[in-house]
Amino acid sequence: MTELKPLVSARGISKSFGGVEVLRNVDLDLMPGEVHALLGENGAGKSTFAKILAGVHRPTRGTIELGGKAVEIGSPIGAQRLGITLIHQEPISFPDLSVAENLVIGQVGGKPLGRVRWAELAKEARRLMGLLNVPIDVTVPMRGLSIADQQMVEIARALASDSRLIIMDEPTAALTPKEVETLFTIVRRLREEGRTIIFISHRLEEVRAICDRVTIFRDGDKIETAETASLTDADIIRRMIGRPVADYLHRGVGHVGAVALSVRGLTLPGRFENISFDVRKGEIVGLGGLVGAGRTDVARAIFGVAPAASGTIEIDGKPAEIREPTDAIARGVAFVSEDRAIAGIFRSLSVETNITAAVPERIAPKGIIRRAVEKALAKESVEKLRIRLATVRQPIGELSGGNQQKAILARWLLAEPDILILDEPTRGIDIGVKAEFYDRIGELAAAGRAILLISSELPELLALSDRILVMSEGKLTADIPRAEASQETIMHAAVPRSGRHTVSGAAA
Amino acid sequence: MNSIDKPTPSTTTPTIVVREAAAPRPRWQVLLIRPETVTLVLLVVATIVASRLSPFFADLGFILESSTYYIEFAIVALVLTLVIISGEIDLSPAAQMALSACLFGTAFKAGLPMPVAIGVSLLAGLVMGAFNGFLVTVLRLPSIIVTIGTLILFRGLAQVLAGDKSIGGFPSWFVGIDYRMVGIVPVPVVVFVAASVLLGLFLGITIYGRQIYQIGTSEIAAIHAGIRVRRIKMGLFIASGLVSSIAGLMVASRLGSVRYDLASGAELTMVLIVMLGGTYIFGGRGSILGTFLAAWLLVIIATGMTVANIAINAQLTVMGLLLIVSIIMTNAIYARSQR
Amino acid sequence: MSAIARLLRAREAGILVMLVLFVAVVSLIQPRFFSAETLRIVLLAVPLILVAAMGQMMVLVARHVDLSIGSILGFSAIAAGMIFRDYPELPLYVGFAVGVLSGAALGFVNGLVVTIFKLPSIIVTLGTLSLYRGLLFILSGSKQIDPNDIPEPLIRMAQTSPIDIPWIVIIAYAVAFATWLFLTYTQVGRQIYAIGSNPSAAPLRGIRVMPVTILVFTLSGALAGLAGLIYAARFGYVNPGITGVGFEFTVIAAVVIGGVSINGGVGSVLGTVLGVLLLGSVQVALPILGVSGFWQNAIYGGIILIALVIDRTVRQGGLRGLLARGGA
Repeated sequence: MTELKPLVSARGISKSFGGVEVLRNVDLDLMPGEVHALLGENGAGKSTFAKILAGVHRPTRGTIELGGKAVEIGSPIGAQRLGITLIHQEPISFPDLSVAENLVIGQVGGKPLGRVRWAELAKEARRLMGLLNVPIDVTVPMRGLSIADQQMVEIARALASDSRLIIMDEPTAALTPKEVETLFTIVRRLREEGRTIIFISHRLEEVRAICDRVTIFRDGDKIETAETASLTDADIIRRMIGRPVADYLHRGVGHVGAVALSVRGLTLPGRFENISFDVRKGEIVGLGGLVGAGRTDVARAIFGVAPAASGTIEIDGKPAEIREPTDAIARGVAFVSEDRAIAGIFRSLSVETNITAAVPERIAPKGIIRRAVEKALAKESVEKLRIRLATVRQPIGELSGGNQQKAILARWLLAEPDILILDEPTRGIDIGVKAEFYDRIGELAAAGRAILLISSELPELLALSDRILVMSEGKLTADIPRAEASQETIMHAAVPRSGRHTVSGAAA
Repeated sequence: MNSIDKPTPSTTTPTIVVREAAAPRPRWQVLLIRPETVTLVLLVVATIVASRLSPFFADLGFILESSTYYIEFAIVALVLTLVIISGEIDLSPAAQMALSACLFGTAFKAGLPMPVAIGVSLLAGLVMGAFNGFLVTVLRLPSIIVTIGTLILFRGLAQVLAGDKSIGGFPSWFVGIDYRMVGIVPVPVVVFVAASVLLGLFLGITIYGRQIYQIGTSEIAAIHAGIRVRRIKMGLFIASGLVSSIAGLMVASRLGSVRYDLASGAELTMVLIVMLGGTYIFGGRGSILGTFLAAWLLVIIATGMTVANIAINAQLTVMGLLLIVSIIMTNAIYARSQR
Repeated sequence: MSAIARLLRAREAGILVMLVLFVAVVSLIQPRFFSAETLRIVLLAVPLILVAAMGQMMVLVARHVDLSIGSILGFSAIAAGMIFRDYPELPLYVGFAVGVLSGAALGFVNGLVVTIFKLPSIIVTLGTLSLYRGLLFILSGSKQIDPNDIPEPLIRMAQTSPIDIPWIVIIAYAVAFATWLFLTYTQVGRQIYAIGSNPSAAPLRGIRVMPVTILVFTLSGALAGLAGLIYAARFGYVNPGITGVGFEFTVIAAVVIGGVSINGGVGSVLGTVLGVLLLGSVQVALPILGVSGFWQNAIYGGIILIALVIDRTVRQGGLRGLLARGGA
């Protein structure tokens, strides 16, 4: 392989968003006919790098050569013209258009007034879906397809485009093992045809199964590129997180008290069914599963954002009817949502406003805001959680992701909740700040709070949880005590057993 | 705003790992780039230019007198400011003015005593606002299109009630609100100033005002923070209906009669005042001060055009242009200050 | 899925049922409604709305809205009327060209402002609604184009043609057919649906959102301009203060009744035609039923709201969805 000329030669690629570097000086060569894995934690820069190649982002600095020629990849369509296709992590689709149309719309070589030949379009679409073994009617609208099927359409689209470089950003997150196998068969065939594939995944066994080489990213730096076989899993993980895994495993089992939250038979058709579990005071219960398994939907139901259709919730042994978040908050439940940018912060408002948002009665007992009280509360929180900022008057959007997340946590701590639901609390956060969060979560449990922790990062789940629940396709599939929990036992319960996904549109 | 045009958060938003908090802007810069500042500057410039062109403008009394036509809409625009900050929009207040005024006229004509007729009108405003609020908060329809529907419906109902005739003959104590003075200030202006102060305080120092900004900044985040989004929005639509019926009564008093086409096309004027005051069309930003200043800016511009003998029909051109230019400018200012 | 099942699922089926029900009910109450004469009146009444509705439909499908079409209609009618009045020697098609092109130009401006500054189209076109109306007052000097200034051949277009169906009716359905071809069989037509269906994904899929969006507004303007000519033909005069005022609401009502979703991505020519016919029937039925014409706007407003609620409730289900889910 070494004699071959690289297909892609990236040199000194850097990228900043709003003055913050998320990718620093990355050099990378991709060979024709290789499957190359990009690895790293969330926010390490691997997706940003992939999106630069696909023309979604433009690099702040750096050059890209394609087949020996310097190229400027200015837009997704520009990338497609150059023969680069990106399969998005979350399938993007036009729900009102048919599956067949979704396969070709915007394709290179289209003329605006060119005729759409419906019969040929359908025929070609059926052929592509046949290749992938997906039995979908290509003439129905995309709306209503399951996430897995949408993902397969996305993959079919890449096949149709005849690209030299295909970038797959976590393509397997929503797929069943059988579908993953089909995908791998296709990937191997593409490799034999001499195409280059970038494969982004968190699942090391998949990387081992099909990737020739891996490149590991951490905090925006490229750490290493190596043959897959030359690294052990432990090597890879160490390079990804920058310190031994063992460092995370520090939490001792705390004192566990009475049942604080008890959920029985919670069902929301299409999202989750018959969910029952307890969380005790002082206990951290992990909730694992694949993206789209319905974990977030359960959390949203308990907190009243999107209440369940049936089932009961008891808090401290008393039945609780929760129809909106206000009801949940009144009963001492707090919920840190996974989607900080949309469901967490008020971007253009000040840090103090953000911190005090959930405790209006504390800052304005008679309806009129007491600025001094508000400022004191905010400053106290900032010190306690060590939030780094210039002033509490600053718009929260100017803070780093980790500090924004601390402010959201601070918001809920002011509400003095007895039950905390944390949904991916450390997503997109610096390693160093993550450790602070782990300590904090441990302290909260030790102080007698009941914690339900949703996380897609298995080491995090394993390190913090006293007990791990696993969901798959909207059902609770396992309740694993700490002693028996391992990456394998969790994944075993998380991987869907049925032939096809039934949960549609349930991106977590 | 659940608007059909609101830019949906892109699915490609990168997970940004920001390492350091960026330094905050200097305070003077923050103040200077506020849209209200621009409105104030424009107001000062417009006043100076106008008073150079015509001696009329040196006379405060003249400005106040000629303001009464726009002040009625400006009063509604104050509440509309809150609605827009909360991320919604209400295009129906002008039609609500017409329908509630026509109801008032019809009730009076039917022989009901004045206080009852006024009560009917206010109640109608309440009901119309609640109807808008119901469609938006319970049925979760986008306000931008809902209020176009109710705009047509309300004005259509006014037409059904009043036909194409005007209803008048109100008692003399009711007629001519614009000629009643407090000192040299006409009563409608007093109402406007008082409403500005009250709503400015409401928005600025109460928790509800704070929550309106929070809802407009991110409705989803507001729901997750336990803010009663639907209740607050319902309240705002009802307030909008109520203030519309008050403004409708003021028009009825000023004109001495009501017709179904009362305040016809005034939705443009109201939205224009709010936009000219620097309220952000996508919600979350804006102020009563801006709207207050913008109302006076519009009064100066409109009166200036009238003094300069520009036909009222041709003035539509300027109004339309102003609306577009003001949104572009406000958007540009917020885009600069937003990261 | 069988062809019949698909037909039943279609939104158009629901509108057709509403249309048939309406005609049946009105005919029961007032049998003389059910006549060839009524059909003729309905057919004559709708071309104006139909032509503009085709443009508005495309705008809504692209997840925008165009409130300025009434003013564009007025502007184009005045511009064309002034050509007719001041240059009577020029052939008729010059007037048509002026009307359609001036409409296209105003629509182009709408599209430009909306896309360059990324502003909500509803506010921009609320502004241009006023702006264009003001311009047309300035252009016309606030003077009406009188009936004797409208050329005789144009008036005749609203009355007859070689095949005995008035030209304006033929033009309107030809426009509808052309729109159907454009939306169904051209790539840019499909891209309009794609943009409305998922605006943020469109650029990622290589669709050039800006030119397509500008095109949609330009077409909407051009069709409003053509409607201006139809107005002049049918009414025989153009008045700057009357022509096209409030027209946008009638058209939006027709399009929304026709099953075009305000959330973009959904809408068909057939549905829009049916929506326009339903609205036209309502318009014609009111006087026959002895209902005052003053009711018309209230009914339009009510219909828009009902259509919105139905759209919200069934979204994709068509007639079957409506029946299956009832009032859920």
